Amino acid sequence: MKNLTRAFTVFLFYFAATALTAAEEAEPPVTARDVPNDAGGAVDITWLASPLEKEEGFQGYDVQRRAPGKEAFETIAEITPGEAVYQDKEAEDGVPYEYRVRALPAEGPPVVLGVSGAAASGQWFNTRRTNVLVGVIFVTTVIVFFIYRAKGGAELFVRKIAGLEAVDEAIGRATEMGKPILYVTGLGDASEISTIAAMTILAKVATKTAEYETPLIVPCYDPIVMMVEKEMVREAYAEVGKPDAFDEDSVFYVTTSQFGYVAAVDGIMVRERPATNFYMGAFYAESLILAETGAATGAIQIAGTDRVTQLPFFITACDYTLMGEELYAATAYLSRDPLFLGSLKGQDWSKAVIITAMVIGTALLIVSVHLGTGFAKLFETGAG
Amino acid sequence: MRRELPLAICFIMGVIMTVQFFIPHRYSQWLFENMLRWLIIVFTFALILGILSLIKLHIQKVQYRRRDWLYSIVALTGLGLSLVTGFMKGPESISEGQPFMTLYNYVQIPMQATMFSLLAFYIASAAFRTFRARTLEATLLLIAAVVVMLGRVSFAAIFKDLSLGFSTWVESWLPGFAEWVLDYPNMAAKRGIMIGIGLGAISTALKIILGIERSWLGGGD
Repeated sequence: MKNLTRAFTVFLFYFAATALTAAEEAEPPVTARDVPNDAGGAVDITWLASPLEKEEGFQGYDVQRRAPGKEAFETIAEITPGEAVYQDKEAEDGVPYEYRVRALPAEGPPVVLGVSGAAASGQWFNTRRTNVLVGVIFVTTVIVFFIYRAKGGAELFVRKIAGLEAVDEAIGRATEMGKPILYVTGLGDASEISTIAAMTILAKVATKTAEYETPLIVPCYDPIVMMVEKEMVREAYAEVGKPDAFDEDSVFYVTTSQFGYVAAVDGIMVRERPATNFYMGAFYAESLILAETGAATGAIQIAGTDRVTQLPFFITACDYTLMGEELYAATAYLSRDPLFLGSLKGQDWSKAVIITAMVIGTALLIVSVHLGTGFAKLFETGAG
Repeated sequence: MRRELPLAICFIMGVIMTVQFFIPHRYSQWLFENMLRWLIIVFTFALILGILSLIKLHIQKVQYRRRDWLYSIVALTGLGLSLVTGFMKGPESISEGQPFMTLYNYVQIPMQATMFSLLAFYIASAAFRTFRARTLEATLLLIAAVVVMLGRVSFAAIFKDLSLGFSTWVESWLPGFAEWVLDYPNMAAKRGIMIGIGLGAISTALKIILGIERSWLGGGD
């Protein structure tokens, strides 16, 4: 208890001293400084409001700039009353400019508030993304560690994922019924992780459909995705020794119009009556239209997406739904490759650490609110 | 070499673009903008291949009189009309009153709006299926849904007009409770899923950059 009181007293002294130091440092009337964490070419100019603002007819401020070796200042901006900040986006990197701010009264000459100098420069590291960097390095290290552990032959347990367990059953059902399988990879382009995850699942599904010689229909929204998927399906057929069974037209481009795509896919469902529908990848407003049409045709439906807002629609209308990370776990789950399983384990451990950090963070934040300490600042995120 | 080269390009570009994310300097921005330009160029060429695939598919359907081949004629006619009207007057084609824009404004947009409006009916049918209180979970879902739906529309005024006794209760309590459901239990679940998604995305990206995940090259793992 004695130690706690002492620590608290030290805290109080520290914050009192910080506050006094801050009060002693008088703020200059005009401050120019390089914009932090930017590409360069910009300077922030701030100033203290002029007492003239209270006068009637006050016109505002003008911001002036003078390059080195120049005699006169040139006006670069006129600012309305009440504003006290301007960003000069026309500054040349490395040139030490002088900035002058003048208040413009209703009558009489402008009143110079002050002069301040600054040079623009681009930064080589965005300090506002430090927390992201730390997070990425940590998660990467954990994942790589578990990948190498799995490579060494460690036994890794993966919980049962119903949606992925049902893949074989769904393909088998289509084969028995002699009907095609529809595979939709959503509206994402090839640079989206969820689309890539969807494509890797397609490779596994295509291997099965090639084995059973079940027709596969893959309508594509993005032409690049179409080309990659075509190659993947072709290779899957070649892998099981049935390259001739691959139908070149089974993977085809439809349109990049969202609802045009929906109309086309709905049409395929109604006309071809696929026994199984897969919806994997990035989906938007079309998710429910697709899934409800599929449900109406009586198809068994397996969906997977990382779009949180679309998950309820898929859960409602589909038989199985892979929620968020389960979509990414599919390759590991279906292949049981130790390397993939290792990455899954890495994800789980990262998640455990994040949950622990969240609990500690919440506790510190509560302490911060009650004691007025600066813990909250530790958890501030820098957007951009 | 057929596999090694794409894997090497993927690794190098993956590392470069990851590092680029943390560098705000103009050289870094220049690299990023140029990458986006390259993406557009690649997309344009891929689009040509995509359209060719579409034309081939529908021509074959018509040629061999496959089932529903008449729809293929509609698709090909639409594609042809868009191309002809689009190229007819060059960049001017996208000005108001031009045939291309007339097609776009009076055919394509209404058709898209029609498809989108189907969502209202599908939401109703999906809600009907989901909100049947068969189990405890379904009952809880039903209650939460009713509270949120009523809390987000101005029902209180209707109750007041009908002079129902519980109008004050509806007015004061329901919107707040609906907000609470959305802001706390719902948000907690959403964030839980989003954390998993973020980690899954990092893991998948890492597997691709390191060449562990290779199915995108074709040919399985």
